[in-house]
Amino acid sequence: MAGTKSNGKKGRWASGVTPYAEMGYYEPDYVPADTDIICAFRLVPQDGIDPEEAGAAVAGESSTATWTVVWTDRLTSYERYQAKCFRVDPVAGTNQYIAYIAYNIDLFEEGSIANLTSSIIGNVFGFKALKSLRLEDMRIPPHYIKTFQGPAHGIVMEREHLNCFGRPLLGATVKPKLGLSARNYGRVVYEATRGGLDFTKDDENINSQPFMRWRDRFLYCIEAVNRAMSETGEIKGHYMNVTAATMEDMYERAEFAREIGSVIVMIDLTVGYTAIQSMAKWARANSTILHLHRAGHGTYTRQKTHGISFRVIAKWMRMAGVDHIHAGTVVGKLEGDPSAVKGFYKTLRENKFAADPSIGLYFEQDWASMPGTMPVASGGIHAGQMPELLHYLGEDVVLQFGGGTIGHPDGISEGATANRVAVEAIIQARNEGKDYLKEGPEILARAARWSPSLSRALELWKDVAFNFESTDVPDAVVTPTY
Amino acid sequence: MKVTQGTFSYLPDLTDDEIEAQVDYCLRNDWPVSIEYTDDPHPRNTYWNMFGLPLFDQRDPSAIMSEVYACRKAFPNYYIRLNGYDRSYGRQTTALSFIINRPKYEPGIRLERQNSHDRTQHYSLKPYSSDKPAGERYGSTR
Repeated sequence: MAGTKSNGKKGRWASGVTPYAEMGYYEPDYVPADTDIICAFRLVPQDGIDPEEAGAAVAGESSTATWTVVWTDRLTSYERYQAKCFRVDPVAGTNQYIAYIAYNIDLFEEGSIANLTSSIIGNVFGFKALKSLRLEDMRIPPHYIKTFQGPAHGIVMEREHLNCFGRPLLGATVKPKLGLSARNYGRVVYEATRGGLDFTKDDENINSQPFMRWRDRFLYCIEAVNRAMSETGEIKGHYMNVTAATMEDMYERAEFAREIGSVIVMIDLTVGYTAIQSMAKWARANSTILHLHRAGHGTYTRQKTHGISFRVIAKWMRMAGVDHIHAGTVVGKLEGDPSAVKGFYKTLRENKFAADPSIGLYFEQDWASMPGTMPVASGGIHAGQMPELLHYLGEDVVLQFGGGTIGHPDGISEGATANRVAVEAIIQARNEGKDYLKEGPEILARAARWSPSLSRALELWKDVAFNFESTDVPDAVVTPTY
Repeated sequence: MKVTQGTFSYLPDLTDDEIEAQVDYCLRNDWPVSIEYTDDPHPRNTYWNMFGLPLFDQRDPSAIMSEVYACRKAFPNYYIRLNGYDRSYGRQTTALSFIINRPKYEPGIRLERQNSHDRTQHYSLKPYSSDKPAGERYGSTR
C-alpha cells in the first residue's frame, strides 16, 4: 500500500489521518455537472484550520469520508461518491466563509427528503473542526426534482378548487390557541368565515388535548364551515390539524376530516420529513389541500451563522409536497427581513429563477414544472397593513390573521369583514394603476367611510407595527454566486 | 343574502367605469376577458353559461363593455361575472373573476343536514332558487 510519497507527504491510501482536502474532497478545478446537487454552506473554521480544509471536511463528512483512511474506499468508484468542495469565498468583514460543495446525484435516494437530509445535514453540524456551520442554499437539479411528488395540488389547483381568483386568500388562526371547548372553538370558525375569510386554522399546538379532543373539534368546525358557506355562497375551509403521535393516528384523523367534507387538513413541521411526505401522498390521493405549519423552525433557521436557512426548508417542503407553508410576513411580529422573505416566496412560487444574492438566493433553480406551494403570512398582521402586505408578498399568498380578526372590538365577523374589505379595496386600486403603497392609507380611509368594520379596525390598530432588526438578512456585501 | 363569490364582493357594486378599469387591467396584462352568467349560485357550480367565446382578440375596453351591457340586457336578473384569463406557462388559469350583475332579490342558500353515524352530519347546500327549473328561477325575466 502507498506509504510516504517522495515529497514527504503521506500517500492517499496510507493508514491514519489525512487532511480531507488531500483526500479529494477539495477540488478547486471541479466543474459541477448539471445533475449535481450543489450546496452553499456558511462556515466558521476553528482557529488554525484552513477554510479550504474546513470546506473539504464538510464535503467529506456529508458524503463518503470518516475520520481516518479506510482501504475499503478502494472497492468503490470513490471519485464519483466523494462530495467536492470546489470553491470557498470569504464573507467580507467577518470570520465566515461560504463553501460551495457539489454532490453526485447517485448519493441520494430518489424522492426521499429523509435520505437527502441525512446526508447533507446528518453529521456535519456537530463537527469539532468548525465553530459554526449553516446550510444557506441548495441547487437541486431537475433530474432529482422529478423524483419527488411535489405539492399535492399546488397554487393553481387550489385556487380553482376554492373558486378564488385575483386576490390573496384570507385566513385566521383561532385564538386563544389553547383552552377553548370544541363548541366555543367552532363559534370562532363560523364567525370568521361568514364575515369574509376563506379559511380558519387550528394552531400548531392544537392536536387532541383534554379540553378539546380532535374528533369533537372537527365536528364543530365542519358545522361552522358549512353554515358560513350557506350564508356566503363561497367555498370555505378550516385547516384541521391532524398532527399526532403516530402515522396511524394522523391517517385516522385525516380520513375523518375528509369524510366529513373538509377541503383542507394541516400538519406541523415537527412530525418529520417522512411523515410530511406520507401526508402529501395521502392529500393528493384524497383531494385534500395540505397545510404545513413550520413549528420549530426558528430553533435552527434564525441565527445567521449556524443552522439551516429557511429557504432550504422551503425548498425541501415544496419537494416533499405540501400545498401551504408559513413563510414570513415582513411586517408582522415574527422574524423576517424583507429581502430574505422575498427569496423564500420566490423559492416556493416560481418555476425557474436565476441566482440573486441580494435576496439570499445563491443558485439558479429550475423546478421543472413542479407546481408551486402557497406561502402563508401569519403572525401579528392586521387590515391596516394591507398595502404593505400586497406590496411585499404579492397575490399568491394566504394572509393569515389571528388577533387581527378575532380581536376586532365589534366581533369576529366584523374583524373578518374588515380584512376582506381592505384586501379588495387595495386590489381594486392596484388594478386601476394607482400607487397603492403610497396612497394605501387614503384608499383604506375611503373604504372605511362606508365600512364601519374597517373603520374600527384601522382606528384600533393604527399604531401597531413590529419594527425590530432582523437577525437573518442576506450579506450586506453581496456574496458572489459560484 | 348576498352571494359573495368573486374578487370584489365586499365593495359597493362596481360602477361601469370601475368595471371598465378592471377590463383595462386585464388587457394590459394580456388576459383575454370572458363573460359568464348563471341562475345557480351554488358555490360548486363551476360552469356558468358562457356569453359567447372568450374575447381573445378584443383589445378595446369599450367594445368589451358593450358585451357586458348586452349580457345584462339579455339576462338582467341573473348572476353575471367577468373573468380575466392568464394563459401564461405556469398559470393557465383564471386571474381575475368578479360579479358584475346579480338578481334583484337573492333568497340565499339552504343548508340541509342529515343525521349520520357517530354524531356526524351529511351537509348539502341548495340555493332556494334552484327549486325551480333553470331559466325560471329569479322572477319571470330570463
